[in-house]
Amino acid sequence: MNTIMNMRRRNLRKGVAGRIRLSNMSRRHFLMGAAGTGGFVLGLTLFPIQKNPAAAAGGVFEPSVFLSIAKDGTTTIMCHRSEMGQGIRTGLPIVLADELEADLSRCVIVQAEGDAKYGDQYTDGSHSIVEFYDQMRELGAAGRQMLEQAAAQQWGVAQSECKAQNHKVVHQPTGKSLDFGDLAATAATLEVPAADTLRLKDSKDFRYVGKDTPIVDLKDINQGSATYTIDITMPGMKYASVERCPVTLGKVKSYDASEALKVPGVEAVVEIPPFSLPVVYNALGGIAVVASNTWAAMEGRKKLKITWDYGENAGYESRAYRKSLEESARNKGDVWREEGDVNAAFGSAHRILEAEYYSPLLVHVPMEPPGAVAHVQGDKCLVWSSTQDPQSARDVVAEAIGLDSANVESRMPLLGGAFGRKSKPDFAAEAAVCSKEVGAPVKVTWTREDDVRNGFYHSDCAQHVKAALDANGKVTAWEHRSAFPTINWLWDAAENRPGAWEIDFGLSDLPYDIPNISIEGCEAPVHVRVGWLRSVHNIFHAFAIGSFADEIAYARGRDPVDNLLDLIGPARIIDLSGNPEEYFNYMFGIDKYPIDTGRLIKVVKEAAKMSKWGRSLPSRHGLGIMAHRSFLTYVATVVEVAVADDGTISIPNVYMAVDCGLAVNTDRVRSQMEGATIYGMSAACYGEITAKAGRIQQHNFNDYHVVRMSDCPRDIHVHILQNLDAPPGGVGEPGVPPFAPALYNAVFAATGKRLRSLPLQNHDLSI
Amino acid sequence: MAISLTVNGTSYSVDVPSEMPLLWVIRDIIGLTGTKYGCGIGKCGNCRVHIDGVAKDSCLLPVGDVRGAVTTIEGLSANGDHPLQKAWAKHVVPQCGYCQPGQIMQAAYLLSENPKPTDEDIDASMDDIICRCGTYTRIRSAIKTAAEEMS
Repeated sequence: MNTIMNMRRRNLRKGVAGRIRLSNMSRRHFLMGAAGTGGFVLGLTLFPIQKNPAAAAGGVFEPSVFLSIAKDGTTTIMCHRSEMGQGIRTGLPIVLADELEADLSRCVIVQAEGDAKYGDQYTDGSHSIVEFYDQMRELGAAGRQMLEQAAAQQWGVAQSECKAQNHKVVHQPTGKSLDFGDLAATAATLEVPAADTLRLKDSKDFRYVGKDTPIVDLKDINQGSATYTIDITMPGMKYASVERCPVTLGKVKSYDASEALKVPGVEAVVEIPPFSLPVVYNALGGIAVVASNTWAAMEGRKKLKITWDYGENAGYESRAYRKSLEESARNKGDVWREEGDVNAAFGSAHRILEAEYYSPLLVHVPMEPPGAVAHVQGDKCLVWSSTQDPQSARDVVAEAIGLDSANVESRMPLLGGAFGRKSKPDFAAEAAVCSKEVGAPVKVTWTREDDVRNGFYHSDCAQHVKAALDANGKVTAWEHRSAFPTINWLWDAAENRPGAWEIDFGLSDLPYDIPNISIEGCEAPVHVRVGWLRSVHNIFHAFAIGSFADEIAYARGRDPVDNLLDLIGPARIIDLSGNPEEYFNYMFGIDKYPIDTGRLIKVVKEAAKMSKWGRSLPSRHGLGIMAHRSFLTYVATVVEVAVADDGTISIPNVYMAVDCGLAVNTDRVRSQMEGATIYGMSAACYGEITAKAGRIQQHNFNDYHVVRMSDCPRDIHVHILQNLDAPPGGVGEPGVPPFAPALYNAVFAATGKRLRSLPLQNHDLSI
Repeated sequence: MAISLTVNGTSYSVDVPSEMPLLWVIRDIIGLTGTKYGCGIGKCGNCRVHIDGVAKDSCLLPVGDVRGAVTTIEGLSANGDHPLQKAWAKHVVPQCGYCQPGQIMQAAYLLSENPKPTDEDIDASMDDIICRCGTYTRIRSAIKTAAEEMS
């Protein structure tokens, strides 16, 4: 049941598997006579204590470098996470710089390559800040204390009289100071302070954390000089475009490349081997056309004549599949949370409400399509890929071309969007296979059609929800069945039921104060590659929960905000310890990050206040609300919609209240909420991938529509409930789930039409 | 046959088929990578450049049909100090940044035609350029800031 969870855990923990300790890299090098530059280098030393206790006990093991200070004071901070627009190249470095008392304008951020020595680099699940906030602080604090100690040594004074302030250490009694650069050489010789002697800054003294900091790549982006994988060039590089089977699991039967090879610029045709199950992140297989430029490769590809063996999914058809999902959700599934006795509650109910919700397949379509550049030389390979998971890219490449992972150097420049698609680095393997075959560096660029047609799709889902109300209108039971193709299938092709961890994405943690609850996952065979997309299953679970809650409000004649607060009930910690599988909690401890309805109540009240909930609105305008916890963060969204007589909608305002605990870079928290609303709006209004005869029917932005400027809400108001001393929650994803139900609830308020399937464009809202 | 074209004030002679789209000539042959591929069918505007000051999708334009001087994001200003680039920085518009060259080039064309655009003008003009990160509200604000500075 937990294949994926274990897989993701493996990804997350690979090479770390234990505590992280600081080490003074420069001191090691200094003692070894290798310092040379006189700089100060501080790293995290990783002890894989579970894997190799002997090595850990023996001392330093494969150290890695996160921070160095040169003699001129230039401070280099490594970013080991993929930057895909969330702002992590700014977010984690400002945590370190703040604690170090460094001047950010004198810091250089360097992108790390994919290597287990950096610990977890799996940039997914909104967990970069969650996982590394404390470690970056400790690293900064250790560096600061060592610089203070170095100053004390140089001046021959007590360390307690020396205080780091904005890239200098000041001798407080006299006011004299030394720049960090002037202290680097001495600091490089010092012992790292023990963990229990680290003094973290008081949050009131934060220089950058909890404030707005512009992103470090801002100028490069605005000038067009920012580098993405698609922009990487190497001497002698070739360009490839790959034809893959339009049906999932289909394979090349035979092909004729003679016409393709006649296209000017085409130099070679490479067969990418078919994969075997399970799919995992392996290349799909197909025929690559390699040319002297991208366009020639694409043109040559059009001339390929391929006969496919379409395989077992050639009969897959979305309409019939939807019916099977809906049927599945009407029957009892695997129970992943059970409170009280729903059947008894339904038996004695005064009134029973029942509804079904459906949401289709979605595809990510990041603006930079998947792509990679690989250069295989002998038994070594350098690969650049647009990946959220550079260590998996390294492994996938190694496996595809039969190398040891240690001989693959995996780099990731900026990612032109990702949204979960680029966690799956199948495209990196394609580039490596081509490079090995043609003996030159090769860049593989997916076309937009490839991206739409051969994606890892967000699961389609049917849900059946049923509630019991007593004579006083109190909700006494909630039964919720969810049927969708499981992501576990990527690792085990026999899987055909949602895993517990998937139901944990916003369903098993239903935060309502209802005595009888049954949460179930129902069977759904898999016919396409499915995979996580920004917010994962929270999107459809929040859609059904938020919509059904609103239906309950109207059924019992209550204002939707009052209704929501009544459903949530008193402020409390929800205990899921009785669930048959341990609640996943986005892989972080439930004690540190409990499910706290008090925080949910606060965001509901704040969003209602922001929107002036209850105000009078023009005809066919409406407000709708939903609040949802995901990725350890609480977001309430109110959507204000205006529905024109012809059924077109516009959104004058969106109001979002977010409690992510500590918001590290407040400007990026706001931008992620704005972006999540637009991403959620694309899914709610337009997103729908369908298949016929196993083939995806959409192609490009002409028939897979996304939100554009004229659709965009006039204003998105974001209020952060800042808590500088709370542990940080996730930020990239939690803004997405509340949008669709809030919009649909607003549409109901405006028109009286209760819609229960996504996307909105399939419904007629005209009068 | 060699084709001559001017990009950002520099003359180039490129030996490519005349039907090769300008986008790939700029990126793969000339080596200016600020202009991005996003869809290849003129539906996302990430490849937008100026031809004699008029914004065009370079992914659809055969290089043999280019009549006029080409300006890409790299040539919009000498030091990244076009009022739009400054406004983009002030509002911290970009997230991943990939579409922003296309956004900025289209916005520069909009302001050259309409120095005081309304919200509706901005919506109509910028509608072709897709941003999947969802930076649209900040783009609107930045265009207004730049328009003010330029007036």
